[in-house]
Amino acid sequence: MAEQFISRGFKGRARHTDRALKERIPPGQYETKEFPVLSAGPTPRTPLERWDFSIHGEVAEDLKWTWDEFLKLPRETSTVDIHCVTKWSKLDTLWTGVSVDTLLAGIDLDAQPSVRYLIAFCDGGYTTNLPLADVRRGKAWVVYEFGGKPLEPVHGGPARLLVPHLYFWKSAKWVRGFELVRDDRPGFWESVGYHNYGDPWKEQRYAGD
Amino acid sequence: MIKGMAQQLKWQLGTVVEIREETPTAKSLILDLLDWTTHVAGQHVDVRLTAEDGYQAQRSYSIASPPGDKNLMLTVERLDDGEVSPYLTDGLGVGDRIELRGPIGGYFVWDPRNPGTNGHPLFLAAGGSGIAPLMSMIRHRASTGNKVPTRLLYSSRSYEEVIYREELDRLSAHDPTLRVIHTLTRRRPPNWMGYGRRIDRAMLADTAWRPEEKPLAFTCGPTAFVETVATHLGESGYEPGRIKTERFGPTGG
Repeated sequence: MAEQFISRGFKGRARHTDRALKERIPPGQYETKEFPVLSAGPTPRTPLERWDFSIHGEVAEDLKWTWDEFLKLPRETSTVDIHCVTKWSKLDTLWTGVSVDTLLAGIDLDAQPSVRYLIAFCDGGYTTNLPLADVRRGKAWVVYEFGGKPLEPVHGGPARLLVPHLYFWKSAKWVRGFELVRDDRPGFWESVGYHNYGDPWKEQRYAGD
Repeated sequence: MIKGMAQQLKWQLGTVVEIREETPTAKSLILDLLDWTTHVAGQHVDVRLTAEDGYQAQRSYSIASPPGDKNLMLTVERLDDGEVSPYLTDGLGVGDRIELRGPIGGYFVWDPRNPGTNGHPLFLAAGGSGIAPLMSMIRHRASTGNKVPTRLLYSSRSYEEVIYREELDRLSAHDPTLRVIHTLTRRRPPNWMGYGRRIDRAMLADTAWRPEEKPLAFTCGPTAFVETVATHLGESGYEPGRIKTERFGPTGG
């Protein structure tokens, strides 16, 4: 119903005349030049000397990096568009960090094809679930710089996950590691009404979308 | 288990049955909906506007009315450079309709049926129009006769910009378990007895429940406001999982 309901008198902002730019904004999103902050609770602040990043779960041997070790991993800088479920999109954001491929390189994933999901866990208790296929082959990073500067705590610093092709809640702030699992299970927002996968181009905002 | 069978939240039309001017910049829209599943205090809806050429804009607005009310109240602060809020505050009249869907959000909610909720003192901190979801909680508390000791610390720019001011005065005058504390950050009337500065550690120490009382805290407002409240409550000993935050930036609207 209401497919063609028109909000009488609503004009909206000037549309992008540049077709290429227009096509980069998913349905229901608007572009912002700012960087809004959204999180469910207080901003955690873990001192770097106590920070580490670990991978456990369905792996032969757990992996762990200290902050210093993490910074020595090969770094990549990427320019991506990000899309928050609260409707804003931000184009051409610049991030530096470690490709998830690099982090998973020591694990023979092809030898255990039934391990298909990853739960990212974070300071503050936040979790989010992702299919492994969505974070491999150049699709995701654990980033520690934004716009060439250290990532601020309110935006997820010292390090956050970056999975730009999904809604931004999947790009977990304050990430501390991955648990690799066989069976998918909903993370924090996925348990309270948000979509389990979150493709912005299909407008998968809420469960059932 | 993944809830693969979840029902999609469908877009529906709400008819404006009343408009209340809350402050010079904020209005409440009272909406009549045909098909509304009752919400939980703290939840929001998505509003969608469609222009004649098919262009659409969506924004989220917190629900200010309590669960169980016949109509739904959204309170909208007009942002001058906003795309959606000026239409909602200036472009709509009684009888007009808007599309919305919800209720949305299952974390920033106060529901006495949830474990660790009922009987625990409630500390609410609102910055500006961040009062809306907290007002739903206060109204829910009042409409159900819930007597959980509650304190609201509410920061506004000026006396005229205090949303729901008279209703808050009335509710707290009749209920000794509800205390409302105002701070006015820019302009104050003569003889103002309340706080007159931005929220800070000392103000929170004076007004918030002590952590030993096992309170539950909700804060909603601009990012810097919420960040201040959540950080200081955490440092004072509140469990992080009992400080629930909702933020909005100056963007969008």
